[in-house]
Amino acid sequence: MAIGLAAVRTRSLFALVMLSGGFSLISAALFVTLDAVDVAFTEAAVGAGISTVLMLGTLALTSRYERPPAHRPWLPLFVVTVTGAALIYGTLDMPNFGDANAPAMQHVMPEYLAREPHEIGVPNIVTAILASYRGYDTLGETAVVFTAGIGVVALLATLARRRRRRDGEEEES
Amino acid sequence: MRHHLILRVITKILAGTIMLFAFYVQFHGDYSPGGGFQAGVILAVAFILYGLVFSVETVQQVMPPWLVHRAMALGLLLYAGTGVFSLLTGYNFLDYTALAPHHPEHGQELGILLVEGGVGITVTAVMLSIYYAFVGRTPVIGDEEW
Amino acid sequence: MQGANWEYLVGHANYWLFVTLMMTGLYIVVARGNFVKKIIGLNIFQSAVIMLYISMGKVEGGTAPIFPLDGEIDPAITYTNPLPHVLMLTAIVVGIATTSLALALIVRIREEYDTIEEQDIWEAEQEISARERRQYGEVFGEAGK
Repeated sequence: MAIGLAAVRTRSLFALVMLSGGFSLISAALFVTLDAVDVAFTEAAVGAGISTVLMLGTLALTSRYERPPAHRPWLPLFVVTVTGAALIYGTLDMPNFGDANAPAMQHVMPEYLAREPHEIGVPNIVTAILASYRGYDTLGETAVVFTAGIGVVALLATLARRRRRRDGEEEES
Repeated sequence: MRHHLILRVITKILAGTIMLFAFYVQFHGDYSPGGGFQAGVILAVAFILYGLVFSVETVQQVMPPWLVHRAMALGLLLYAGTGVFSLLTGYNFLDYTALAPHHPEHGQELGILLVEGGVGITVTAVMLSIYYAFVGRTPVIGDEEW
Repeated sequence: MQGANWEYLVGHANYWLFVTLMMTGLYIVVARGNFVKKIIGLNIFQSAVIMLYISMGKVEGGTAPIFPLDGEIDPAITYTNPLPHVLMLTAIVVGIATTSLALALIVRIREEYDTIEEQDIWEAEQEISARERRQYGEVFGEAGK
């Protein structure tokens, strides 16, 4: 929370990136307390590791400081407040935190828990659902990651071009 | 980074350990938290760490960009190929029973292993190629200005 | 009555916290002109959504959804809902992939316009379109008449 607020204030992008790394680490700790060990693992590796490196890489390629905002923040603040109020109004009907009788716990989850041991027999249920029951989803996710990788390479790759140029020079010499 | 002796020594020790840990996460994902996504990221981190402290060229001798770009597609193909294989042998798409028709549980384990392997390869390759792409550009801010 | 109210408040405080965090991210995206900062705002927004889902999956007194190795499952142990974990796990990895795509776009924008501020780019765009209008305006203008 505090980090989120600090992120709004600070203007040095370097400090901002470091803050977001710390934010990821703290949210990973939060996921552990919420029993989501797999998610915490991912968040710690991705958020605190890779994304910080990538952000720093971008900063090295762009600029380090942000210009102070040009206009008054009242309109965005108003929009954000209204949206937030609507969302909070939406949560009023939600079940209590940790409620075992919540609708989300009633249908699919006991089914998975009951069928998993003799159908798949892998102790980590998250892996079983990820790779087997929801294999289609994961295939799609992998495809998305793959596409994003291709996109970045297409946007930024100088490597192929440089190699081609070097080959050309060798042919000339 | 040529002058940071401590960083260089520690990196040499750590890079191997991180890779080992990545493979543990990959293949032990059935029993403990972890799996292809996490292992892929961790494996990529090992390479990126080495590249940060030493130079990208050193890493690219081990993992040349063309290999990384091929591996991106290879991982996805491995995943989809598992599905197509079970399709061809008369089962549903991505139904791992096809891999060991007489032992459905073994088939499931094998299927999960293959699929997670595909995910791991793709994620590692994508993260590495993204890193290469960013490093391949000349920075505007020099090392001293940080 | 008092007790029920208190329980309701505590039971919903987590949702409200995440909504606040989400709105912090949205505010950064809307109000700030720097593109890198916008991306970080989006990331905060995304983390808030992830936290919301994970907290929905939590069961009081539950534990991490991993069965014991020997396959002896104790029916007395309640497990946390694993489904949100699966969805959010992939969401994080897809998130970093798309973030890096956005960062790559920012780098390209910087090379094209020499700035990563929204305002500057808008001004540059205005200038370009004004110049184009001056250049081709007469031709099109006469054709229009």
